[in-house]
Parts: sequence; C-alpha cells; structure tokens
Amino acid sequence: MTTLRIPTPLRTYTSGKSEVDVNGANISEALADLTTQFPAIKPHLFNEKDELRPFVNLFVGEHNIKDLQGVETPIKDGDKLMLIPSIAGGSLSLWERVRVRAK
Amino acid sequence: MIEELNHEQILRYSRHLLMPEVGLQGQIKLKNSSVLVIGTGGLGSPVALYLAAAGIGRIGLVDYDVVDSSNLQRQVIHGTSTVGKLKVESARERLQDLNPDIQVDIYNEPYTSENALRIAKDYDVIIDGTDNFPTRYLTNDVCVMLGKPNIYGSIFRFDGQVSVFHAEEGPCYRCLFPEPPPPGLVPSCAEGGVLGILPGTIGTLQATEALKVLLGIGEPLIGKLLLYNALDMSFDFVKLKKNPNCRVCGPNADITELIDYEEFCGVPGHHADDTSAGADWDITAQELKARLERDPDLLLLDVREPHELEIAAIDGAKNIPLGEVAQRMSELDSATEMVVFCKRGSRSARAIEILSSAGFKKMKNLKGGINAWAEEVDTSLPLY
Repeated sequence: MTTLRIPTPLRTYTSGKSEVDVNGANISEALADLTTQFPAIKPHLFNEKDELRPFVNLFVGEHNIKDLQGVETPIKDGDKLMLIPSIAGGSLSLWERVRVRAK
Repeated sequence: MIEELNHEQILRYSRHLLMPEVGLQGQIKLKNSSVLVIGTGGLGSPVALYLAAAGIGRIGLVDYDVVDSSNLQRQVIHGTSTVGKLKVESARERLQDLNPDIQVDIYNEPYTSENALRIAKDYDVIIDGTDNFPTRYLTNDVCVMLGKPNIYGSIFRFDGQVSVFHAEEGPCYRCLFPEPPPPGLVPSCAEGGVLGILPGTIGTLQATEALKVLLGIGEPLIGKLLLYNALDMSFDFVKLKKNPNCRVCGPNADITELIDYEEFCGVPGHHADDTSAGADWDITAQELKARLERDPDLLLLDVREPHELEIAAIDGAKNIPLGEVAQRMSELDSATEMVVFCKRGSRSARAIEILSSAGFKKMKNLKGGINAWAEEVDTSLPLY
C-alpha cells in the first residue's frame, strides 16, 4: 500500500480526499487502482491513448518518474507518491480576462 | 558605477547591515541591483513591497489592469483609495512611499512576445507573478534566452509552488512542464478561488529567493521545487532535473525565438470573445429572461459548487457541480431543452462539452453566467 497525495485542483475528482491509498507494484498499477477507485480523475491524467498526459508530473519521494522508469517505475509499501499539478495562479486567467473585457 | 550608502540609508537598512551575510557590501549590491516583477497582483504585491523595503535599487512593474475591489482580498500593494487606478501606478505610489530611495519603472502594457525581451533585458532577475499559462511560458523562454534567473511562484486555492528556474545552472519551467494543460482542465482562481493569504506566503518566498540570488548567499531553489499546502501546513520539496529534450533549454532546442504563446497554450487571442463551448450555444441573460416568461418550466442547470449557491442562486435551478456532471447525467433528460450556467460561463461551457459528447443537443450556455444575470436581470443578487 502506498499513499498518493492529490493536489487541490484534482480533489474534486477524489471526493475531496487529499490522500488516496493505492495498491500496485509499479506506477502503472497504482494509477490503475486510483482510476478504478475514482473514475472521474482518469481523463485529467491520461489521454485518449491511455498515456499519461505530458503536463502530469508524478513524483516518488522527491524524484520525478520521468527521471526514473516512467510508469514502469517500481514502488514499495510506504513510498510516498505525489501528483504535481500545473497551476497558473492569480486572479483571472488571461482567457477570462479577455472575455470579461469584451463584455 | 558602485554607489555608496548615505547616513540616512545606513540607518534605514541597519538590520541588514548587522548581518554578515548582507552587511554593507551586500546592501550596496542590492542598491545596484534591478528586479522585474511581471504582474502586480496577488504574488507581485508582496514581492514588490518586500524588495522595495529591502532596498533593491530599481524595480520594474509590468501590468495592464486596473485595481478592482475584488483584488483587495489579496493584492495588498493596492488599497481602497486606488480602486479604479492603473495597477502599475497604484503600486508605484505605494512603493515610493515605502522607500523613496529606489527607482520604480512601470510598464502599463500586456507582457507579450513583442515587448518582453526589450523590457526584461536590463534587469538582473525576473519574478514570475503572472496569472496565466501563456505569460508563464513567455516569461520562462525570455529568461532562458537572456540567461537570467526566473523566480517562479504559482498559486491555486490552498496550494502554492516556488522554484528558481535558471537554465544556465539547472532546469527551466519547460523542463518540468513541457506543455500546458488544455484550457478548461484546470480552473482559474476566478472560478476556483484562492486563499487571500496564499499569494502572501508564496510571494514572500519568491522575494527571499530573489534576494539570495542577488546577494549570492544560501542555497536558492535551483533544481528544486517547493510545494506548499496551507490546509495541511505542509512544505514538500522535490528535485527537478534538466530535461534533455527541453525545447527551449535542451541541447537540441528548437524554440530559439519567442513564439505565439496564446496559440501554444490553446487560448484565443486578445480579440476573441467566445466561450469554449462556442457562440452557437450562447444565450444572453436578457434572452433567458424572455424565454422564462414564455416557458417558466425551462430547466436551468447550475453547475457551480453547492457552497456558491449561498452567495447567489436562481430559483428553481437544478444543481449538479461540474465535477459530477459526467456521473449524474442520467438525472437529465436529453429530449428537454435546458440552460446551463455557472459563475461566469466557463464551467458551464465545460459541462456543455461533456453533455454534448454524450449526445445531448438541446442546450444553451448562459453567457456571463449568474454574474451577468445579476447585472442585467435580477439586480438583487450580488456579483462575486
């Protein structure tokens, strides 16, 4: 059993949970367990070809799986997994600001 | 030219001068330094205030917005008395009051591929205090091309991130995020909200990193990303490596000049005004009012979060938060027409995309959301 930290933007899809316990011998299996528990999160992590989206960064401890063996990276009990979101922050997104101004 | 400190300045900065890590030489170094702050909002406010107080000789401010009362929950450089003023002017006034010794240069213009290199080239350090993906990628690429450190900070709700991206010594922003999420996948703070203190925490960390880089002291967050969560009060660090395939700082970089960042991030250009659901789906607040007079049973689908209903609601609307639309669409009848709305119209546009791909056709998106309804039809409702 490993613990996966869910960032705020994705907690909408995990019933508000900040951490989810997942089972699996590697990242691929752990994410399969996550998406079985919370199907709504799947399109946010995977594309139509079931590949991890390029802007999704998953860390095992302090290492990015991209610097290890990708989704094949083995994990063991007690490892801490962390999803790191791409967040822009601020008050209005440019897109909305343009629309608000155009109103 | 190295400038010395006068007696008044020695008194002003005495708490710095007492520390050997700064000292007189460090303070003179700060006086001869320059920092460009992109954005004078939630992050830019504490960054600019503390850097001005610290005695950075020249601070540049880029923004093209005006101060709005909804900014003041977090943008502490501005005040009630400057609502309606240009943000860069409001900010300059406050900085010059805090420290008249420093020079504040303002750029009241959008930061774009056309002006970014020209503006940034004369500064030692660039601070990314922007609020959108196109400007973040632009800021990164400018820093890589000019060989300058990019002090990165980003916020969302209760989460914050800080790093120092300096391609000459470590990874850049693109090494971590080669491409942005598609629009609509990550809600903005205007839709998702942000704890007002959060940019204060993250912005002061960015200012700290800027001072460390300028003074050459301590260990700046190069090759490290700080992840902060205010609810858990957790500070986590992860290691970042240079991505050998990075398109801007890798050995085979193919982005060697600035590109169209709005196109790259999949957002419409400055003049577009339609939603992601497309203008065909739109219904204005006035049109909806007329429709409801003819057809009072018209289904209104409110896709906001339940706690937002306490702020403002339209009587009789059915609430299914956007995150639950996919699972709960069986509660809806695809044969009956409905009008979908949220706060401003972007979450409802997402809901329409989801329902449309499931075969729903008879839908309209309330343009401008419940805020437009509050402005144009039911003025008893507050704007938020």
